[in-house]
Amino acid sequence: MFEIGLGHYLTLGAIIFTVGVVGIFLNRKNIIVILMCIELILLAVNVNLVSFSIFINDLTGQIFALFILTVAAAEAAIGLAIIVVYYRNSGTIRVEEINKLKG
Amino acid sequence: MTYEHIIVFLPLISSIISGFFGKKIGERNSEILTSVFVSISALLSFFIFYKVLAYNYNNNVVVATWINSGSLNVNWSINVDALSSVMLVVVTLISAIVHVYSIGYMSHDPHKPRFMAYLSLFTFSMLTLVTSDNFLQLFFGWEGVGLCSYFLIGFWYKKESANAAAIKAFIVNRVGDFGFALGIFLIFYLFGTVNYNEVFQLVPNILNKEISFLGLNVNSINLICVLLFIGAMGKSAQLFLHTWLPDAMEGPTPVSALIHAATMVTAGVFLVVRCSPIYEFSQFALNLITIIGMSTALFAATVALVQNDIKKIIAYSTCSQLGYMFFAAGVGAYNVAMFHLFTHAFFKALLFLGSGSVIHCFKDEQDIREMGGVWKKLPYTWILMIIGTLALTGFPFLSGFYSKDAIIEFAYLRGNTPGYFAVGIGIFTAFLTSIYSWRLLLKTFHGTYNNKKINYESIHESPMVMIIPLIILAIGSIFAGIIFKEVFIGNESVEILWRDSIFFLNSLSLDHPPTWVIFLTPILVIISIPISYYLFILNKNILNELVKGNKPLYDFLKNKWYFDELYELIFVKTSKKIGLYFWKNIDIGFIDKYGPDGLSNLIKNFSLRAVKFQSGYIYQYAFIMLIGFSVLLTLLILK
Repeated sequence: MFEIGLGHYLTLGAIIFTVGVVGIFLNRKNIIVILMCIELILLAVNVNLVSFSIFINDLTGQIFALFILTVAAAEAAIGLAIIVVYYRNSGTIRVEEINKLKG
Repeated sequence: MTYEHIIVFLPLISSIISGFFGKKIGERNSEILTSVFVSISALLSFFIFYKVLAYNYNNNVVVATWINSGSLNVNWSINVDALSSVMLVVVTLISAIVHVYSIGYMSHDPHKPRFMAYLSLFTFSMLTLVTSDNFLQLFFGWEGVGLCSYFLIGFWYKKESANAAAIKAFIVNRVGDFGFALGIFLIFYLFGTVNYNEVFQLVPNILNKEISFLGLNVNSINLICVLLFIGAMGKSAQLFLHTWLPDAMEGPTPVSALIHAATMVTAGVFLVVRCSPIYEFSQFALNLITIIGMSTALFAATVALVQNDIKKIIAYSTCSQLGYMFFAAGVGAYNVAMFHLFTHAFFKALLFLGSGSVIHCFKDEQDIREMGGVWKKLPYTWILMIIGTLALTGFPFLSGFYSKDAIIEFAYLRGNTPGYFAVGIGIFTAFLTSIYSWRLLLKTFHGTYNNKKINYESIHESPMVMIIPLIILAIGSIFAGIIFKEVFIGNESVEILWRDSIFFLNSLSLDHPPTWVIFLTPILVIISIPISYYLFILNKNILNELVKGNKPLYDFLKNKWYFDELYELIFVKTSKKIGLYFWKNIDIGFIDKYGPDGLSNLIKNFSLRAVKFQSGYIYQYAFIMLIGFSVLLTLLILK
């Protein structure tokens, strides 16, 4: 029928990226969702890297994607740890109540 | 270091010591110090006066160069001639007496050193005024005495009325000083100098010079004289600028005696006499002075008839006597004006200090309706007040008799229309003076005792420290006229005393006026005594009927011819309205709104909006970061 080309992969990456970004600032309730959205953004980048890597026959992109996955896993762990500590300190992780970052 | 230095600077030194170190050296010491220093000044002044009289002494001590700028050279000097030596004697003598008297009068006051310091400072200012040899130093002294007058009227600064009176005196004097300052400017403009001697020598050169003032061409000599006279009117409380003097009685009584009777208010007369070499060439200004002087004399005497405050009566009396001095100067008899100034200082200070003694005994009561019948309780004060009253009214052979009658005689001898008017008004005013003075005395000391607050038995005579100064003044009031008559106003007075210090274009007439002019005043004065006794003691009904029958006239006099109300309406209210308009509409409505306030509001609004960016929500920050990043990226790519 029709061939899945680079454009489709990039579109998929863009969609995932947009979902991630929109998820960050439309989400008003759950901070874990924000964390998940950040993961989504990273994944979107990964999709782009891998598809470009195949398209131009260069393995560097795929290796880079592996690195990113590793870093993302570590980052998720740190993020969750911060959330746990934050919950201990302030007794809540509801997004609308976390607004201490102002003068 | 000469006697002149000592006379002028001792009061300044005592003022500084008592003013700044009064607490350190103690109240009693500062009282003694100031009194002694001013008394030394007084003794030396007598010595100088004697030297002037006997040896034709004349000296100009230059203390320092004050201003030396281009062609303007002004020295700070102590100029002693006949005129200033007379003023020296009057100022230092009365001041010394008042200093001593104040020790007794202010005995219950907690701020004695401050009071004594002001008195001494006033004395110093007055001395620099009278010993000046140029118009600028005169102006310095003029403002200095005005300032001290302000301090002393408002001495009891917790009393609101005293503060108001002090401000009023200051502001009304500003009106006069404005004219005075313009006069000095004009003198410098025309003559290029402000030194008396140089100016007086140059006067005949510019007799017909015209100058444009407010769009009119006027004779420059006339203009100078009128402007200087406006200054004199302010300081000497002449009609239209007199309103401050009665209010100034809010100050302590010694102040009223020293400043508002004997010395400062006579500075205007002194100015006119000092400037006689200019005034002699301006018949217009002399006539103006005569008219203003006699109007003031009559006006103040009529008002004094119906007042009830013991000090205000004497204040109006002062105003009236100053009017006499001015019309004496106006008819060209400058030496007679000075003579009246000299005798008036004694008996008016005596009356003021005597009334102060009465007020002291009545525990600060000033209303004569609340007094009466205490002559047995206050024998010294009573006798001294009688002497003062007799001298003021011009009872034969007391000092006022010689000076006041001389004024009327010289006015007659002048022989022009203002002169004859002045004679009529002078005689009538002398009669009124006599009536109101006896009314004051009789209501205070005779009749029935009317004070309900103080027990009759508890009234007692003032201490000796207050009585002795009064006795000295009483001696002056009795004998100053007889002793100094020939010296001041005799036919040879110009050769004996005045010499160059007073200038007469046409030498004074040596004739004698008709007998009726000489005898009319003393006769009126003498018959006014039984009349007053009958009206104010024996038969009060006549007076009550008179008041009832002439209610509008009585109210007119009682309210001082409505001058205060008139000024309130014309000047105070209008300027208040203008001030309010400028404050509300121009200052607040425009300058503030668009100036400082506008700017700060602008910044405030912007910052309030900027604050909203900082919500504290992470997702918003992230979104903004993203948008910013996208915009930057887009820009970079498009480039």
